[in-house]
Amino acid sequence: VESSATPAPGGRSVLERSPASRLPDRILKWGLTTLAALILAVLAYFFIRLIGQSRGAFSSFGLSFVFGNDWDPSRNIYHGFALLFGTLVTSVIALVVGVPVAISAALYLTELCPRRLRAPLSGLVDLLAAVPSVVYGLWGVFVLAPKLLPVEKWLASTFSAIPFVGGTPALYNYFIAGLVLAIMILPIVSAIAREVMATVPSEHKEAALALGATRWEMIRIAVLPYARPGITGGAMLGLGRALGETIAVVVLIGDAPVVGHSIFTQGYSLAAVIANEFGEAASTPTHSSALFAAGLVLFVLTLLVNIVARRYITRGQRGRRGTGGTGLAVVATHAGGGE
Amino acid sequence: MSLTALAPIEPRRRRKDRIMRGVLVGGTVIALIPLVLVIYYLLHKGLGSWSASFFTTDPSGSFFGNPGGIRSAIFGTLEIVALASLISIPIGIGVALYLTEYGRDSRFAGVIRYFVDVMTGVPSIVFGLFIYISLVVSHVGGSFTAWKGAVALSLLMLPIVVRGSEVVLLLVPSSLREAALALGAPRWRVITRVVLPTALPGLVTGSLLAIARGMGETAPLLFTVSTAFGLTGNLGAQMNTLPTQIFSDITNPRDVVVARAWGAGLALVALVLILNLAARAIARRSVA
Repeated sequence: VESSATPAPGGRSVLERSPASRLPDRILKWGLTTLAALILAVLAYFFIRLIGQSRGAFSSFGLSFVFGNDWDPSRNIYHGFALLFGTLVTSVIALVVGVPVAISAALYLTELCPRRLRAPLSGLVDLLAAVPSVVYGLWGVFVLAPKLLPVEKWLASTFSAIPFVGGTPALYNYFIAGLVLAIMILPIVSAIAREVMATVPSEHKEAALALGATRWEMIRIAVLPYARPGITGGAMLGLGRALGETIAVVVLIGDAPVVGHSIFTQGYSLAAVIANEFGEAASTPTHSSALFAAGLVLFVLTLLVNIVARRYITRGQRGRRGTGGTGLAVVATHAGGGE
Repeated sequence: MSLTALAPIEPRRRRKDRIMRGVLVGGTVIALIPLVLVIYYLLHKGLGSWSASFFTTDPSGSFFGNPGGIRSAIFGTLEIVALASLISIPIGIGVALYLTEYGRDSRFAGVIRYFVDVMTGVPSIVFGLFIYISLVVSHVGGSFTAWKGAVALSLLMLPIVVRGSEVVLLLVPSSLREAALALGAPRWRVITRVVLPTALPGLVTGSLLAIARGMGETAPLLFTVSTAFGLTGNLGAQMNTLPTQIFSDITNPRDVVVARAWGAGLALVALVLILNLAARAIARRSVA
């Protein structure tokens, strides 16, 4: 070995490659690095452009763009609290309905389900994400909304004592939009919950069972505490999806820029107003700037929710083997929805 | 001392266990109901409007008479998604290669990984706005064009390709890389001859899932492609697509047009499902 390491002509070891043969390596390395850096640059550029375009709305309306309640394109006044309100209310409904269902499905699939049924059933739940949101909108408008109206009427009259419930349900309202959002976030919340639950050490579960715990007690004392950060993160990713969902909401929320007094009244959301008014706004600078500002608010909101969600999920994964973590779950449930 | 001395589980605890098991089964059933209902109604209302002319005529656009079919919508969707795939898949796999082969645990790779994750959470309507602001308003090669829609779709497909590819590239055993390097192969050859071929099925799976996702998106197209009726192969013009056509048909008061929306919805879901099932079949084979 020593002898072969003698300097070749040009002062290189014979084991070393010539500069010419190392060139493709350098090119590939720097090419790929530039590509990665380019993504950051493009994201930053878009963000700055969006801020620039929405400056008009914020300089004319200030903070009342977000907290004022008067959205009226005919008078060129854009105080968008009703939109933010609608976005938040529908997303909360989606979480309240969707997350418990998603967690029960995940618990059943990881802890109780017969091994042979596990993969096909999980695949079916994931398929919910494959349905495009415009199809959920179509189904919501022509099937769910008319069929559920009597149920909503019953709910409104029976539980009218609860705040924000009651009144005469409109055909399209916060509740129906939130319900469809719940269906749309179900697969991602469930997939991440499943993945986190699968990482619970079997020693913990076996210890609980050996101490005489029933299946449910084992789930409650071994699985849930261990998986809680990951489940919370998954729910927050679902929240991020619900906040930004456009097409299914725009056809189901009723498109009325008012702060509703009940979940059964018509409302509006940030994403829905952008999709709806964008065509007519092109000729009015203030109006289009207001829509860009609505987009900016939405973007920042989803960004914050996603950052917090990532934090929970990485905390849930700390000290565990394997990289990628929820990568596969996110990919598997990205095949649709989340628009 | 005999083992039978173990006390049986109290009835109260047993009852609670039964109830909670029932609740979990119920949750799973509830989770599956929407899927069954959506597919049932798509078949029930959509199959009726499927006919030969449904797939061979374009929407007429006139308010009366025959509304026409979905030919231009299907072709438009395929064209735009094909271009979006041509953009996002090579870039996405390239970034994933950077992350697994060069960046690894470096700080910069961590930053990239973080922002790619953040990108998966950006609402698709925001990507539409981005492209609208930077390409449509400034009239880069016309106002609304199909290729701008493809760029918007590629932005939201990109993070899926990156994360999906990274996961499978990490599965390539490092012993394979080390063996190739020890034989004296330069890195670029290791990547092109060892890493990529080994990970190929997984890369295809991730890409197919990304394509399926891009295919169903509506919001980004509204701001970039706008709408059209006729069939066109010109990516520099406005184009009709399945999602945007369904979206405009939903709000149409005519029953025949709504029926077309169901038929188009069924066609769109069929396309997306085929891509999904293909992706899963390939993934399953690569694991085995």
